[in-house]
Amino acid sequence: MLQSIWFLLWGILWGVYFMLDGFDLGLGTLKPFISRNDTDKRTAYNAMGPFWDGNEVWLVAAGGVTFAAFPTTYAVMFSSLYSPLLLILFGLIIRAVSFEFRGKIDSPAWKGLWDLCHFVGSFVPALLFGVAFANIFQGIPINADGILQGNLLSLLNPYGILGGALFVLLFLVHGALWLAVKSTGDLEERAGKAASGIWWVLLVVAVIFLAATWFKTSLYRNYLSNPILLIIPVIAVLALLTTKVLIMKKTWWKSWFSSCLTIFAVTMFGVIGLYPNLLPSSIDPAFSLTAFNSSSSHLTLTIMLVVALIFVPLVIIYQAWGYYLFREKLTEEHLASDESY
Amino acid sequence: MDIVLLSRLQFAVATVFHFLFVPLSLGLVLIIAITETIYVRTGDEEYKRMAKFWGKIFLVNFVVGVVTGLTLEFQFGTNWSGYAKYVGDVFGSILAIEATTSFTIESTFIGIWFFGWKRLSPKAHAVCIWVVAVAAYMSAYWILVANSWMQHPVGYVIRNARAELVDFLQIITQPFAILAILHVTFAAVIVGSFFVMGVSSYHILRKQNVSFFTKSFRIAVVLALFFSITEIVVGDFHGKMMAKTQPTKLAAAESQWETMKGAPFYLLVIPDPSQERNLVQMFGIPKMLSWLAHDHWDAEFKGLKSWPEKDRPPVLPVFTAFRSMVGLGFLFALVSIVAFWKRNRLEESPRLLRVLILMIPLPYLAAELGWMVTELGRQPWIVYDMLRTADAHSPLAGYQVATSLTAFVVVYSLIGLVCFYLIARFAHRGPEPLPGEAT
Repeated sequence: MLQSIWFLLWGILWGVYFMLDGFDLGLGTLKPFISRNDTDKRTAYNAMGPFWDGNEVWLVAAGGVTFAAFPTTYAVMFSSLYSPLLLILFGLIIRAVSFEFRGKIDSPAWKGLWDLCHFVGSFVPALLFGVAFANIFQGIPINADGILQGNLLSLLNPYGILGGALFVLLFLVHGALWLAVKSTGDLEERAGKAASGIWWVLLVVAVIFLAATWFKTSLYRNYLSNPILLIIPVIAVLALLTTKVLIMKKTWWKSWFSSCLTIFAVTMFGVIGLYPNLLPSSIDPAFSLTAFNSSSSHLTLTIMLVVALIFVPLVIIYQAWGYYLFREKLTEEHLASDESY
Repeated sequence: MDIVLLSRLQFAVATVFHFLFVPLSLGLVLIIAITETIYVRTGDEEYKRMAKFWGKIFLVNFVVGVVTGLTLEFQFGTNWSGYAKYVGDVFGSILAIEATTSFTIESTFIGIWFFGWKRLSPKAHAVCIWVVAVAAYMSAYWILVANSWMQHPVGYVIRNARAELVDFLQIITQPFAILAILHVTFAAVIVGSFFVMGVSSYHILRKQNVSFFTKSFRIAVVLALFFSITEIVVGDFHGKMMAKTQPTKLAAAESQWETMKGAPFYLLVIPDPSQERNLVQMFGIPKMLSWLAHDHWDAEFKGLKSWPEKDRPPVLPVFTAFRSMVGLGFLFALVSIVAFWKRNRLEESPRLLRVLILMIPLPYLAAELGWMVTELGRQPWIVYDMLRTADAHSPLAGYQVATSLTAFVVVYSLIGLVCFYLIARFAHRGPEPLPGEAT
């Protein structure tokens, strides 16, 4: 029971991470293509400014919880996904320092360098998170000792790449919507148009992904044996469609919330489909790591549950306050002050 | 190359680099919080400018500290999966608690602090930086609890072929951890206060913004004085704790080969590990080593030869690092006393100011040397007396770790260079001119 609760919490933490940092990663990827001048770029940076660091903590929390609740999974997942994980981390490093470094020296070449780093550091993690999770959904070739029988290239299979594309597109729409929320005038209009246009590509890829999931993974098994759970993918699809309706109405906050729900529900669709597997083996299901064979002791799970039940809601409350505090659109006055990137 | 060695090198690069930024963040955040509090209490705008000026340096430094911490958390899984599986039940939970209870707070509130000068009342804004400060120290507490458990594992039982938690309270309150926390956070405040004194000295010497930097200096010198003196006391307690809990580490740190009662402390020692002796040992203080380690002049000090060679840490680096760190520690106390003495006539003490500028890197060095004693001295164990480092690595191919190690070195060097360049640039430029003031 405790293990199942932790499995669910594990999935929720990843879902929240993708939902929040997703817009940073998406906007970071979109930024070079949507901005026409330095003011546009700075608007994009400052739209993420007060939030990106707080968003990234959910990744640290998700990683920490994997370690604490499922140490064997943590060990095998991160050592077998060695190259993609390190690429993600290096990406996140150069993305983070770009925020701080870019505006500190007033030279086009300097800014260009960090713009490039920020783009790479946003796009690569977005893509590889998708690749990694798609591979986890379909199972990775680990043997009885949890050793990977393959390499980075074996992870770049068609379904893995499809997962990567899905994540990038989800985040692009999400990021464009956030820019629309935070910007004004021409940039706001372009951001809305971008969200609207990319949404169609996302729809196509999402449909292909759901179909490929049927053939490539056993995620649907849980849904077929407990049809009530189908509510999760239904919510994901409805949220995706609602996002489009709201985009057409140009109600950016509502579209962004709807996009949040889409990303969260998509993650939960995968997680619930995996249950009780955390890391299925594609060689033999007997080698799979599950919530039951890879978990921590009862005592550790209990202590951690108490900590999580107190602190996770607290984090949500003060982060929500942070979003509320910086809710308004960015103006020229904001950009001109010394309290901006 | 050997996978264990490569993984150790990679972890060493990642931690040493991470710890180039953490102590300044911990030290500076305290100074910023103090200056902003003075601003709120007195309304003196100069203290607000000080909070902003040191805050700008803090932020660049902080972000590099944060992102390099990220790779550390994940490296236990990527490179040390044997370790993660064996001790995750205990160790993983502590890291997860750090992430959910402390790291989250500092990362969220630092954004609110930086962007929130105009959106919050001065009081609420000052509270934000105190929240960041408290969370940063809480974060340090949890990380050091985790590290202390590797040095001196308690509160666990070996069950199901792994270490399982039995007494959480014992782990988070064990004296070893408390001493480690005091030792490391005091070192961080020393780094921060010497940094502020050094940068302030640079400007006072050049007669720029003298009032601004004298005020900064006076806050920093009080911290430097208090913490560099108490650090010596804490260090002594820590040494005595080491004698009880990690005798091989202490024997290596002192390069003491023979077991003896009333062991003398030699001021000059040149170890000769190949012959299991010291090439030179001169200027001995009788019975001092026994007293330092065991609080008793005639106590028995266990020498390295009491353990088989395979259980001993590498003597030369541990010894050298330990001696240098202790020497630097005394130097900081001495310089702090002089600086405090002359705090009201800094402009007439150019020599002191020059020394303080040159001293900026030394507390960093001492902090890194301390970690070398801690971590190399723990070898050949990854968890002292429980799990060997050689048994803890991930089943990776050599080329994978060689590639990632190269990437770490290249990416970190570039980021480190840029970060230090920007810090030096801000420090050199000084605070933003006041409105209406000529630049």
